[in-house]
Amino acid sequence: MKVCIPTPLRSYTKQEKWVESEGATVDDVLADLDTKFPGIRFRVVDEHGRLRQHMRIFVNQEAIRDLTTSVTSADELTIMQALSGGCGPARVP
Amino acid sequence: MTKLLVGTRKGFWSLTSDGARETWSIDGPEFLGHIINHAVADPRNRDTVLIGASTGHLGPTVLRSQDGGRTWTEASKPPAFTPGDRLERSVRKVFWLTPGHADEPAVWYAGGSPQGLFRTEDAGDTWAPVDGWNDHPQWQTWAEWPDTEGTPDGSMLHSVIIDPRDANHLYIGLSGGGVFESTDGGNDWAPLNTGCAMDFAPDPDAPFGHDPHCVRLHPLMPDRLYQQNHCGIYRLDRPDTTWTRIGDNMPRDVGDIGFPVELHPRDPDTAWVFPMDGTDVWPRTSPDGRPAAYVTRDAGETWTRLEKGLPERAWFTVKRQAMTVDDGDPVGVYFGTTSGEVWASNDEGESWAPIAQHLPEIYSVEVG
Repeated sequence: MKVCIPTPLRSYTKQEKWVESEGATVDDVLADLDTKFPGIRFRVVDEHGRLRQHMRIFVNQEAIRDLTTSVTSADELTIMQALSGGCGPARVP
Repeated sequence: MTKLLVGTRKGFWSLTSDGARETWSIDGPEFLGHIINHAVADPRNRDTVLIGASTGHLGPTVLRSQDGGRTWTEASKPPAFTPGDRLERSVRKVFWLTPGHADEPAVWYAGGSPQGLFRTEDAGDTWAPVDGWNDHPQWQTWAEWPDTEGTPDGSMLHSVIIDPRDANHLYIGLSGGGVFESTDGGNDWAPLNTGCAMDFAPDPDAPFGHDPHCVRLHPLMPDRLYQQNHCGIYRLDRPDTTWTRIGDNMPRDVGDIGFPVELHPRDPDTAWVFPMDGTDVWPRTSPDGRPAAYVTRDAGETWTRLEKGLPERAWFTVKRQAMTVDDGDPVGVYFGTTSGEVWASNDEGESWAPIAQHLPEIYSVEVG
């Protein structure tokens, strides 16, 4: 599946915005990303597997916080940082 | 030549001097936009530099250089609580870094928010919780928990100190919480706060709950500790367990509130502080907006104001990691400000000159 990487995390992906990853759940995808780009997962998810407070993940157009959410290779996953300090709720860019 | 490592709200810089410490050049930014809480060189191997970063939206991490800051890698296992932690604690920032004992050349300690203690045995690549502290039966009583991001920067564990005579003898400082001591390598801990004021607390005589801002141990007199506390400046000469408020000897109109305290590397009687305004709502700027360091050369009996070269009026704060000394003769003294300036003295604080300006808010200044 295609994963969109936000600019704060592109130091891990050699500045690539779109990367390929795979997995049956969002958590699996993040784990797969971490094998390809070591360290990236811990910047997004804490030591208890919780999405960090100021991070957001979208499966296609839907924001999710449950990392056990199922995904397929046809889905598109977007990782982004929450827009805080003057903006409304985070929206798909 | 002296090198300074400068951690800021928005990146990392280094400053390098000539031999006289009069002319300085600046390198950076590195990690522009990242929150650099502490950048520390290893006195056992100056090529090793660790950075504690927290970086806005992203999780906290440790960045490592093994070539004096030319190239960097990220810790493969940054400081973190154990998955399944009983309190579900999560490291919010890596706030403080301390190189370990000389006999343990790859060991470092890190203090965080929440007030966890972490240790590496491979020079910062992989970190593990210090369970004796993080899971101490009294941790929830001693530490600020639930964790808060309240004024000004939330709770943190800082001032990790290793006794140069004994790698198992440790001190830590909790803002807030107090000073704690371990004599068994961090397995068990006890408060060490008797004598420190706690003006803000309902029970000012409680054995913990204090707010040490910065604690230092003199390497040549390891029984001597200095402390800049939320409520005064203190000295403790072990095995005594009662701190003496040496800040009572500061001028009354200046007071003895501040963040940093720094020690002369060869003279245990000499220490520098940078007083701030702790009245009213705690502006944390210099008293009356007149910046000055103070030095004692008699272990706190008397203090001398050091302001030559500093602005007559200014409204910055000097944070707890943002003051340091080198080992030159005379000693160089340095501080960074929340307004993004680094000031240097090559004559032990007698006179000051700015060596960097217009940087982001400075969180730490250490000798590289």
